[in-house]
Amino acid sequence: MTVPAIELKGISKSFGPVQANKNISISVAPGTIHGIIGENGAGKSTLMSILYGFYKADAGEIWINGEKTEIPDSQAAIAAGIGMVFQHFKLVENFTVLENIVLGAEDGGLLAPSLAKARKELEDLEEEYELFVDPDKRIDEIGVGMQQRVEILKALYRKAEILILDEPTGVLTPAEADQLFRILHRLKEEGKTIILITHKLREIMEATDTVSVMRRGEMTATVKTSETSPEQLAELMVGRKVLLRVDKAPAKPGKPILEIENLRVTDEAGVERVKGIDLTVRAGEIVGIAGVAGNGQSELLEVLGGMRPATGSIRLNGESLPLSGPGADGQARRARHIAHVPEDRQREGLIMEFHAWENVAFGYHRDPAYQRGIFMDNAALRADTERKIEKFDVRPADAWLAAKNFSGGNQQKIVVAREIERNPDLLLVGQPTRGVDIGAIEFIHKQIVALRDQGKAILLVSVELEEIFSLSDRIAVMFDGHIMGERLPHETDERELGLLMAGVAGEAA
Amino acid sequence: MDFLTLIQIFDSTIRLATPLLLACLAGLYSERAGIFDIGLEGKMLMSAFFSAAVAAVTGSVWLGLLAGIASSLLLAGLHGLASITFRGNQLISGVAINFLAAGMTVLIAQDWFQQGGRTPSLFGGARFEPIDWPFAEALSGVPVVGPIYSELLSGHSVLVYIAFLAVPATWWVLYRTRFGLRLRAVGENPAAVDTAGVSVVGLRYAAVAICGVLCGIAGAYLATALQAGFVKDMTAGRGFIALAALIFAKWRPWHAMWACLLFGLLQAVALRFQNIDLGGVVIPVQAMDALPYILTVVILAGFVGKAIPPKAGGEPYVKER
Repeated sequence: MTVPAIELKGISKSFGPVQANKNISISVAPGTIHGIIGENGAGKSTLMSILYGFYKADAGEIWINGEKTEIPDSQAAIAAGIGMVFQHFKLVENFTVLENIVLGAEDGGLLAPSLAKARKELEDLEEEYELFVDPDKRIDEIGVGMQQRVEILKALYRKAEILILDEPTGVLTPAEADQLFRILHRLKEEGKTIILITHKLREIMEATDTVSVMRRGEMTATVKTSETSPEQLAELMVGRKVLLRVDKAPAKPGKPILEIENLRVTDEAGVERVKGIDLTVRAGEIVGIAGVAGNGQSELLEVLGGMRPATGSIRLNGESLPLSGPGADGQARRARHIAHVPEDRQREGLIMEFHAWENVAFGYHRDPAYQRGIFMDNAALRADTERKIEKFDVRPADAWLAAKNFSGGNQQKIVVAREIERNPDLLLVGQPTRGVDIGAIEFIHKQIVALRDQGKAILLVSVELEEIFSLSDRIAVMFDGHIMGERLPHETDERELGLLMAGVAGEAA
Repeated sequence: MDFLTLIQIFDSTIRLATPLLLACLAGLYSERAGIFDIGLEGKMLMSAFFSAAVAAVTGSVWLGLLAGIASSLLLAGLHGLASITFRGNQLISGVAINFLAAGMTVLIAQDWFQQGGRTPSLFGGARFEPIDWPFAEALSGVPVVGPIYSELLSGHSVLVYIAFLAVPATWWVLYRTRFGLRLRAVGENPAAVDTAGVSVVGLRYAAVAICGVLCGIAGAYLATALQAGFVKDMTAGRGFIALAALIFAKWRPWHAMWACLLFGLLQAVALRFQNIDLGGVVIPVQAMDALPYILTVVILAGFVGKAIPPKAGGEPYVKER
C-alpha cells in the first residue's frame, strides 16, 4: 500500500467552550482528490486550517508523506508542501497578481529579481496547468474566478504538492466552477493531492475519488465516492434522511400580485442594468429568475425592495408603486406588504455585531407591538424573537447571541423568519441558500413553499439552477438586463436554460 | 517682494518643514503597516525633551540625539505593545502617549533643572550647527544661483539633509524591497501576509520601531537644531499637522515631502509677514499663525479629494474564526 500523502491522527481543537474538532483521523492517498463534506459549522474549515498551520491543534498528530510533521505556522505548512485556497481569498487587493504571488516567497531583499523570476516561472506554470492570468493586472481589476486562479498559482509557486480548497465554488458562476474542476483534474493528473472542502453534494460526486463526512466536529465516515450516493452522504452529514427535492403540490396561481412593465434601472456609474423588462407574479406561485450573476437580477430585486430608484411601472395588487423619491424606500415597501430577504445577508440582511433580537426588529422597528410610549419594548421584542427562533429552529437558540456568531444557515434562518413571519403579500428572496448547509436549505425551501401555499406571491432570484428548478413554478431567465424567456420547469431542462443564460435566444416564449 | 526675501522664506520653509517631514515619514511607515499612530506628537515631544536634556548635561548633541531616539522608541514600543500584542485600540493608545509625553516632559524637566519645565539653553557642541557647503561664501555673490546655493541649499543642520534624503530612501524601501512589499501588504491585508508564511507581528513591530526612530530625530531637531533647548509643549501640534500631511499625500513618500513643504511654507509666511495689509484690511498675526492649522482642518475634512487609507489600518489582526 502506498504511503498516504496526508495522515491526521486524533486531531482535536476547541474555541473556548465550542469543540470544533473532536479526535479526527483521516488519511488521504497521494494523487487523489479527497472531498470533505459537512454542514456549515461541522468543523471542516477548522480542520484544514490546522493542517495549514493557521490554527494550532490542542491534540493530535500530522503525518505528511509518512513523516510526522509539526506545523506550528503557515510557513511550516508551506515548507511541507501544503498550499491552501481559503474561502475568503487572502489577496492584497491593490497589488498586482505578480506581487501577490511573490509575497512571502521572495528570493532576496530586493524586489526586482524576485519579480522577474516569478514572472518567468508563472509563464511555465500557466502553460503546464492552463491557468492563465495577466500578471500585471491588479487584484481589484479581475473577477473572483481569476482571483481564485491567483490563489492556486500562489500555492503552486510555493511548490505545493498538496492543495486544500475551502468551498471554492461558493463565489463562482456555474461555468467558472466547471473550469475550476477541469483545473483540479489537471492538477491531479500531474500527481498533486487535492483536498476539496464543500457542502455541495454535486461537487463531491463529480470531482472526488474519496470523501469524508463531518458532522458537529466529528468525522462520521470516509467512503469511496463511486460506492456512495448523494442521498447516503446527505444522511451522513445531517444525521437523518434529507429530501433533496422539495416536495410540493402543483401551484394554484391566483390574481396578479406584482405586475412589472418596462422597468429600467441605471446604476451609480450610469450603466443601464435592467433594460425594460415585463414580469408578472401571481398569488400562490413562485417565479424564479435564473441567470449568471451580474445580469440585472440583483438590481431588479433592489428596486422592488426599495433600495434603488428605477423608471417604468410596477403595480402591487393593482395599485402603482412609486419607483423614486419618498415612498420608494424599504420602509414604504414594507408598509405595502413586500418582504425582502436580500441577496447578501451579511451586508444587507443583518448587522453582524448586533444581537439576534435586535436584528429581528430591523425594518419592523416601528411596529406598534414593539413600542411602549416613546420607548422600544425590548422585552416584547425579545419574546417575539424567541418565538421565531423556536419556530425556525435557529441554533443555538439564543436571542442574545450576536448575528456574526451564528453559522451561515442560521443567520439566513433569522432573516427568513423576520420576513416570512410578517405574512407579506409579496416575498422577494435573493440567493436564499448561498453558503447555507443542507439541513437549513431544506428548511428554508419548505418555508418558502408553505408561504406560497397560503396564496402569497414569491419572486426568487438565485444563481443556483438546482434551486431554481426545485422551487419555481415558473422560470424567467435574465441576460444582460433583458428577460430572455419564460419557461415552465417541467417543460425545460438545464441545457435550454443554460443557453438562455448565455444570451442565446430560444423560440419566443 | 524681492528675490532675497523669497529665498529667505523658502529657506525657513525648509527648516520648518523638516520636523514635519520626519514625523510624516514616521507615520507613513507605521500606517502603511496598518498601525494608526496619532502619538507622533507625543513621541516628538518626548524626544525633544530628552535630546535637549542630555545634550545640556553632557554637552554633546549626538548623545542628545541618541537619548531622544531612545525615548521615542520606548513610547513606540508602548504603542506596539498596546496595539499589536494586546490588540488594543490604536487611537486610544496614541492619545495616551500624547498625554503621557506632555505631562512627563515638564515634570521631569522641572525636577531635573528647576527652570520652570524647560531645559537650559543649548550652545556650542550641544546644538546641531549649520553645515556650510563648499564655496557657499564665494558663490553667494553670483546672481540667482548664488543665493539659491548658499542660502537655500547650504547652511542647514545635518538633520535637515537626513530628513530630505529619507524621502527617496523611503520610496526605495517601500517599492523596491522585499520588506517594503511585505510592509504594504500587512497594512492592506494581514491575513494574506500570515497565510504566505510571514509574521504579521514582526512586520508591524518593525514598522512601529522605524516610526519611533524617525519621530526621535524629529523631536531632537526641534530642540537642538531649530531651537536651542526644550520648552513646554514645543511640538505645538506638529505631530498632528504631519498626520494631515500624510493623509494629504495619500500615504506616498514624495507627496508627503510636498505636503510638508506646503505646511512649512505657510508657517514661514506667517513668521515673515506678521501683519498683512490688503488695501485697508489688515490680517492680524493670529490669523496668519493659524493658517497651517486651518489647512489641517480643511485637509482632514476631506476637501482635497478622497484619501483611501491602508485597508487594514487601525484594525488589530485577529485570526478570524
